[in-house]
Amino acid sequence: MTDTLAPSPSGTGPYFGAYGGRWVPEPLVAALDELSAAWDELRVDPGFRDELAALHRDYTGRPSPLTEVPRFAQHAGGARVFLKREDLNHTGSHKINNVLGQALLTRKIGKKRVIAETGAGQHGVATATAAALFGLDCTIYMGEVDTDRQALNVARMRLLGAEVVPVTSGSRTLKDAINEAMRDWVTNVATTTYIFGTAAGPHPFPAMVRDLQRIIGDEARAQMLERTGALPDAVLACVGGGSNAIGIFTAFLDDPGVALWGLEAGGDGADTPRTAATISVGRPGVLHGARSYVLQDEDGQTVESHSVSAGLDYPGVGPEHAFLADSGRATYRAVTDAAAMDALRLLSRTEGIIPAIESAHALAGALEVGRELGPDATLLINLSGRGDKDTTTVARWFDLVDRGAVQE
Amino acid sequence: MTGSVVEARIRAAKQERAGALVGYLPIGYPDLATSIEAAITLTRHGVDVLELGLPYSDPVMDGPAIQAATTKALGNGFRLRHAFEAVREITRASPDVPVLCMTYYNPVLSYGVERFAADLRAAGGAGLITPDLVPDEAGEWLAASDAEGLDRVFLAAPTSSEQRIRRATELSRGFTYVVSTMGITGARSDVDSAARTLVERLRDVTDEPLAVGLGISTGQQVAEVLGYADGAIVGSRLVSALGEGLDALADAADGLAEGTRRR
Ligand SMILES: Cc1ncc(COP(=O)(O)O)c(C=O)c1O
Repeated sequence: MTDTLAPSPSGTGPYFGAYGGRWVPEPLVAALDELSAAWDELRVDPGFRDELAALHRDYTGRPSPLTEVPRFAQHAGGARVFLKREDLNHTGSHKINNVLGQALLTRKIGKKRVIAETGAGQHGVATATAAALFGLDCTIYMGEVDTDRQALNVARMRLLGAEVVPVTSGSRTLKDAINEAMRDWVTNVATTTYIFGTAAGPHPFPAMVRDLQRIIGDEARAQMLERTGALPDAVLACVGGGSNAIGIFTAFLDDPGVALWGLEAGGDGADTPRTAATISVGRPGVLHGARSYVLQDEDGQTVESHSVSAGLDYPGVGPEHAFLADSGRATYRAVTDAAAMDALRLLSRTEGIIPAIESAHALAGALEVGRELGPDATLLINLSGRGDKDTTTVARWFDLVDRGAVQE
Repeated sequence: MTGSVVEARIRAAKQERAGALVGYLPIGYPDLATSIEAAITLTRHGVDVLELGLPYSDPVMDGPAIQAATTKALGNGFRLRHAFEAVREITRASPDVPVLCMTYYNPVLSYGVERFAADLRAAGGAGLITPDLVPDEAGEWLAASDAEGLDRVFLAAPTSSEQRIRRATELSRGFTYVVSTMGITGARSDVDSAARTLVERLRDVTDEPLAVGLGISTGQQVAEVLGYADGAIVGSRLVSALGEGLDALADAADGLAEGTRRR
């Protein structure tokens, strides 16, 4: 059995090289201190680890399978390609791994209400699910652009008993949902935990979310060794805030022969203004409580990001990724909307697996990297989520429904 | 540390009256020229210290009134250089009223912390209030503000530990910003009793001026706060008034300044 909360080679924060920290209003510092202290205690507490392990097994359905996809691999230069199937988790993505841990932590510090931001709705659904399971009040902030394009997930959250608040400020996407959740937290911090959905934000979130997501890579590394007798040549994951990517990377950080690839949302192209490729085209700054790469103009105003994928449509990125990019340990590349959608359709048709649009960015990256590495290579891709939530977007993109059947 | 004009102004107000009125308006709202005129109006209607907000794309400490105003300013083309222009014009027109800028940190970081400090000083600015910069991360700003002799205002919150309160007051210059309540900017019918408690905690560790902000919107509330603090900070009320025009702004400032006269 892998030790799911083992220390990471990148350390426990608050800093990852020049990145990370706590760039937050003073009223939040006490709450972040409380979370840090509780997390330091819990992550080495055998009772907590047993309880989390039981939830992973009996509720989420872990370990998630490793699936080899030979028909898809023919398009990736003939390399062997394996998918880590986070799409098969309860609630449909990797987000549940993080949420269950933070929900247990909320119970431990005695708070009765949780809030969260969500982009694609997967983190919101996971949080609403955990709130139902633990009997917590739950409010989810979601940009109005996203409540429209991920309407199915809005309905799921409400069915689970959560209040969903459409956010109408700013660009009305994930970054503004985070602003609104922070405002709620500052006001209600005495009763409320903010369950942050990605490996970004102020300390301790980047390290805590990483610790809770590293189970992906810990399982996958053991599964690859068992299946192929060797480590993969490359590990690939999509990067929004960076939680699924850091979750699969961490187990391989000390394996120098394993290349780590983060695939960012290129939107119309990283060389156009309509992009969300933060590391590829952003520069260091402070956003949402951490120092990291930020898409910003020359005045330091955050620039609105653009991506067909709501979960990757974010102008920031977690600080550990900024650190891994600068150090050269991981490489980040942008994938356009069009390339991601083509990869989504390709996996659907060759393997009978419909991935989330977010995860399709990693698939598209693998098609390129596989061709670059050639037929002897082995690739491991984190399939972070399933595509049910994206059916309307995909149908519209590929014109799959009779005219008039897809409502505006 | 002496030499802070902001501190001197607040101490003088406390001597002569109940205390100081600190007035907030965002630069560039509704447009640059009007925002400069509006700030000058405040200096002639009882505001002792100006707090000029730099519009920012992600203002996590601000409620709906200020968000709407700064969003409008950005939409109307606010650029960082306008902040220095505004400070220069306002301090030229009203040299007796010190001007602090209230800014989220990323614009400062992006501009270059040393360069920002030098340009602010050259424009006649007194210093910065930094809502999302805690002393723990402020190394570069501490050095730059020392080099330029600028004030720096850190926040103390009801949830801050004794150690953090001590550090915030030690490092603040001008005054320490006492966050009256757990929340964001916006008018409230009651100013939290937490403000009084926090000011008492702060008095135990510092003799420096203390100004209370968040939720203050009437002359009555200003008077209440000045019963225990040295300054009262008002933002959303003034921003809403400016939405109705400069005359409404002048009336609102007069009404708030009323509260500084009772003692
Ligand atoms: C399926 C899926 N993958 C990836 C992401 C991006 O988040 P992160 O970069 O934190 O993994 C999301 C976010 O909503 C998601 O739903």
